[in-house]
Amino acid sequence: MNIFDNKIEFRGFLIGALVLVFLLPMLNALTSPDSFLHVSSFQLSLWGKYVTYAVLAMSLNILWGYTGLLCLCQSLFFALGAYAFGMYLVLHIGIDEVYNTPLPVFMDFQGYTELPWYWAPFEYGAFAVFAAMAIPGVVALIFGILVFRSRIKGVYFSIITQALTYALMLLFFKNNLELFGQSYILFGGNNGLNDFKEIFGADVDSASTQRWLFIGSVLLMLSVYLLVAWVLKTKFGKVQQAIRDSENRIRFSGYSTTSYKLLIFTVCAMIAGAAGALYVPQVGGINANEMTPAKSLDVVVWVAFGGRGTKFGPVLGAVVVSVLKSFFLRAAPDSWLIILGAIFIFTVLFMPNGLVGLPQQLKPWIDRLKSRKATTSPVS
Amino acid sequence: MKKILLIFGLLAVLVPAYSQDQATLAALEMLALGEGSQAEILEELSDLGDPYIKTFIGGWRTGEVYSYTISDSETIVLLRVSEKFRRLSDNEIVDLAEDDSRLKKIRPARKLRKLLKTITDTIDLSSPDSKTRIDAALKLGLSQNTVYLEALQKKLQNEENEKVRLKFEEAINISLLANAEGPEALLSAIVRLGELKSLPSRDGITNIQNKAIEAEDEDLVTACTVAVGRIDRAQKTIERWGNLVRGLSTGSVLLMVAFGLAITFGLMGIINMAHGEFLAIGGYTCYVVQNIFANAFGVQSAAYQWFFWVSIPISFVVAGAIGFGLEKGMFRFLYKRPLESLLATWGLSMIMQQLFRLNFGAANVQVNTPDVLIGNLEVAGVALSYTRIFVIAFAGVVIVMTWLLLSKTNLGLYIRSVMQNRNMASSLGIPVSRVNSLTFAFGCGLAALAGAALSQIGNVGPSMGQTYIVDSFMVVVVGGVGNLLGAGISAMGIGAVDQFLQPYWGPVMGKIIVYFVIILFLQWKPGGLFPTKSRSMDD
Repeated sequence: MNIFDNKIEFRGFLIGALVLVFLLPMLNALTSPDSFLHVSSFQLSLWGKYVTYAVLAMSLNILWGYTGLLCLCQSLFFALGAYAFGMYLVLHIGIDEVYNTPLPVFMDFQGYTELPWYWAPFEYGAFAVFAAMAIPGVVALIFGILVFRSRIKGVYFSIITQALTYALMLLFFKNNLELFGQSYILFGGNNGLNDFKEIFGADVDSASTQRWLFIGSVLLMLSVYLLVAWVLKTKFGKVQQAIRDSENRIRFSGYSTTSYKLLIFTVCAMIAGAAGALYVPQVGGINANEMTPAKSLDVVVWVAFGGRGTKFGPVLGAVVVSVLKSFFLRAAPDSWLIILGAIFIFTVLFMPNGLVGLPQQLKPWIDRLKSRKATTSPVS
Repeated sequence: MKKILLIFGLLAVLVPAYSQDQATLAALEMLALGEGSQAEILEELSDLGDPYIKTFIGGWRTGEVYSYTISDSETIVLLRVSEKFRRLSDNEIVDLAEDDSRLKKIRPARKLRKLLKTITDTIDLSSPDSKTRIDAALKLGLSQNTVYLEALQKKLQNEENEKVRLKFEEAINISLLANAEGPEALLSAIVRLGELKSLPSRDGITNIQNKAIEAEDEDLVTACTVAVGRIDRAQKTIERWGNLVRGLSTGSVLLMVAFGLAITFGLMGIINMAHGEFLAIGGYTCYVVQNIFANAFGVQSAAYQWFFWVSIPISFVVAGAIGFGLEKGMFRFLYKRPLESLLATWGLSMIMQQLFRLNFGAANVQVNTPDVLIGNLEVAGVALSYTRIFVIAFAGVVIVMTWLLLSKTNLGLYIRSVMQNRNMASSLGIPVSRVNSLTFAFGCGLAALAGAALSQIGNVGPSMGQTYIVDSFMVVVVGGVGNLLGAGISAMGIGAVDQFLQPYWGPVMGKIIVYFVIILFLQWKPGGLFPTKSRSMDD
């Protein structure tokens, strides 16, 4: 079964994959820094960050674009994955020079002399990678059971997920958690986890590590793309879209929409977690600011701006908005939020199909322009 | 009415300087000139309790009191206040040169000085103001000085006010903790303090308890334990009530916000994420009006105190106008597209927040509290700040007005009909689009009123709306969409539960628990407290 819609999409995918997996890393590794073709390591890790954003946007698109669940806790799952892997990274900093402690510095500040039990497994990279997907998955599963079972949907679902994000963000901003008279150390409070040194035995900042991380992020993105494309062709995908269009009819047809939604929600949380795990070594840190409700809404605007319910839209949206953001934050920092807000409003009011749907939307106009030209231009 | 009160207040400050009690003045003059019996005069003075005595004796001890011999038979006493001589008996300024030979500085004798100190320290015990009396008594009691103990006991007998009597008794017993003669007196003092639930004595009693444990004095230890237990229990009750009021006032703000949300959502199916920013508009309007008043009238003027009352209606109008404009320009394209409206309004909220930041700075701004609202109301030992009581009362008024608007006016009838069935209402000739605009403006105005109220109990800053928006959405969800009664109950419930949990779990865990409870609650009642009844499957 061919999972691509048409030849153009297949070729585009192939070219994109070749460029991202081979060409860019090779240009970074093999050309000299002075060369015109050289891609600097900074650029590569910047684009690596955008790629993880794109994966995050794709995961939301599965939920919102194809299942009709506007989830406002996607960046929470992203951050949970990032934290899980960040815990591994922060445990491998080695002995701190200033404070002379093998523990993360913030634990030393709190007077800890050994790792708490819930931190200990994160010393193992394999466990951290597993946890980066499993933790968001479990959170999503439990939350999903509670929410979908009571048939909370539409805006209520959005509001509840936003509250979840907000609550956990408050928790992650804390240094310690006092529970039943016991004090548990959390994840670095305001500063979060940062200042990483090595990843799987390699220097985290070296060019080759960053290259491999970039390649890893791209591979994740490509496989999620393939997953989405494949699911859309299966019966599962049809049911999924039917849930979006009319959930009650689907339920009356004998499908357990709750299980469908639960499965999709959990898988999307895991994808977001994986993206977060790849995000954290490329950016060099994670803190609770990544969990604010505003970040989740940023993801929504990427999807909406790129085109929701399309395979390529979220990727385009995430990259374009991120590039715009880094441009405007330098050019006009005060007005960035105003521009972003304007993008939100404009997209919703005038671009229901996003960037991807724009040519289709503009076609009648262009046709009319053309026909007018044709009628007004003198016949030669 | 208020203006008259203000004027009276002003007079009250100015007048006393000219209308000292003649008896006080006469006594002081005799004392200063060394006439009559010193002991009698002192006794009389301490009973008079005139605050002026303190001023005069203070001046005397620092050498600001002079005698001036007019003729052989007549000598007057002068008090030098800021380089001017004022006659004691009538407070007239007497024009005199410093080196006039008839002018003589008089200072109290050493022995008198000591007595005078006791007088000035205990003079407040006879003050006409009961609060001053209570404060003075507690202060003297806590000093545990035997000299004051006697004064306190003496005053207790003359005291008529029951409340003040109790406080005097408390002060005496606190003093007795250190000065009791014999173990029995000490024991009864401790028991009495326990009965009085006296918090200031708690440290003293625990000290005695520790000593008693060392000395293995079992009676004393039990008495102390009982007393401390009583005090602690009383304290807990007081705290609990305080928390309840705090919770109710936070709940009131939430309620006003949630009312606006419930109306706009119920009516138009719009999730207004920018609703919190209208809250900020209310807060900032107060700030702007405050500045205008400060510039026009000056901070000290009586008119300045009016800024807050003026800014309440202004904030309603400003937010309402902005809401009206936005409904015409943006929201009417979003009807019945709740998910999209959520995004567009979020964008709007970002823009508004940034505009606040650019105009007023990223830091919080200070909105002052009018003098009328400063202070606490004490009910059975619980101090309730006037601002919080005001906020609760204000919310009550706003809610009643909203209810009246919705149930007794034509507009309210229209609003309810549009809420129930837009198309049917439209075909019956109700001007749906105008009703929409007005309702939306009204919802925004409500948020601004909440913001104005919040400026008295919280911060006014660019992101003040964000702290309330998540909570107020919770209120709407729990209450049932478009249902005002449900919104009311759930707002008060969430506000009170939140404040109730905070002392035990801390603010963050308290909030997390509240959200968790809400999610569990929705398992039981997915449509909220009062779900909308409808035969349509997709409503």
